[in-house]
Amino acid sequence: MRAAVIVFPGSNCDEDAAAAWRLATGGEAALVWHESTDLGGADAIILPGGFAHGDYLRCGAMCRFSPAMRAVAAAARAGRPVLGICNGFQILCEAGLLPGALARNAGLDFRCETVSVRVEAPSAWTVACGPGAVLRLPIAHGDGRYWLPPEEREALIARDGVVLRYVPAGAGNPNGSVDDIAGVCNPGRNVVGLMPHPERAAERLLGGEDGIGILRSALAWAAGAARPEEALRA
Amino acid sequence: MTAVPAFLVAAEIHLKPGALDPQGQAVGAGLRALGHTEVEDVRVGKHVRLRVRAADADAARAAGERMCRQLLANPVLETYAVEVRPAPDGPADDGTGPP
Repeated sequence: MRAAVIVFPGSNCDEDAAAAWRLATGGEAALVWHESTDLGGADAIILPGGFAHGDYLRCGAMCRFSPAMRAVAAAARAGRPVLGICNGFQILCEAGLLPGALARNAGLDFRCETVSVRVEAPSAWTVACGPGAVLRLPIAHGDGRYWLPPEEREALIARDGVVLRYVPAGAGNPNGSVDDIAGVCNPGRNVVGLMPHPERAAERLLGGEDGIGILRSALAWAAGAARPEEALRA
Repeated sequence: MTAVPAFLVAAEIHLKPGALDPQGQAVGAGLRALGHTEVEDVRVGKHVRLRVRAADADAARAAGERMCRQLLANPVLETYAVEVRPAPDGPADDGTGPP
């Protein structure tokens, strides 16, 4: 299975994401410059962490003008797994591919630590983790406070769109995200954004392997092992 | 022949009322630490200035509001207000302060 990792000016987790993908899935990963619209027939797409376009105006705001985002939106519509990690999550929200927005951390601190998150719902990027699994994953962000208006929040929760939550509730929340939300998916469940970095938790030597299940989920998803309705019933 | 007139469009962008503004809180704490105990609340936002060509002030305002909805503000989190005035010759930042 081939992954395309989109590289924006200012991305800095692109090589890590590609390396972790190869390690976790045994598949290929290619870096795709943001000016290209050719994803090389990739089966899965990763928007990596970093500071795309210098975080100018708002984190992720300028990326929708990158030609690659047209291809990413088309792949999302086609049901292919799309994962936004950290800055990639911000980009997906700004591009309208995911609901909500990521605001400045409640404490204003840049939080760089390992957190615990619980898998809340199956998606293209969580289905291999098992429901209720608690993962230890690194975070590194200053603008990770997920927020969306109350009525949209209810709709998101009602459709099981929250895929990861910080645990324990409240005390485990590093940034003030509403409802302890650490990751969400689109209605098709193939587009996922999360603040933690699974690509930084793909080798025991580097502190943990809890991110491997996130990346391997795309394999199970693409193989049709779990479709949204079945997965949610399970 | 009359040229299309220029306008200065100033967009003020803030977090929605009631939304947590940790930056404003930190600035407020800093001001109180300096002895400005009269400060009750601080909200920090963005101010964007544009110099645009438009048929009239209403058209310039409508263009500025479209730009806020499409890019300058994130409607999920932020509100915006647009002010318009005729532009003197020169760049968007004419040194005279907000309209």
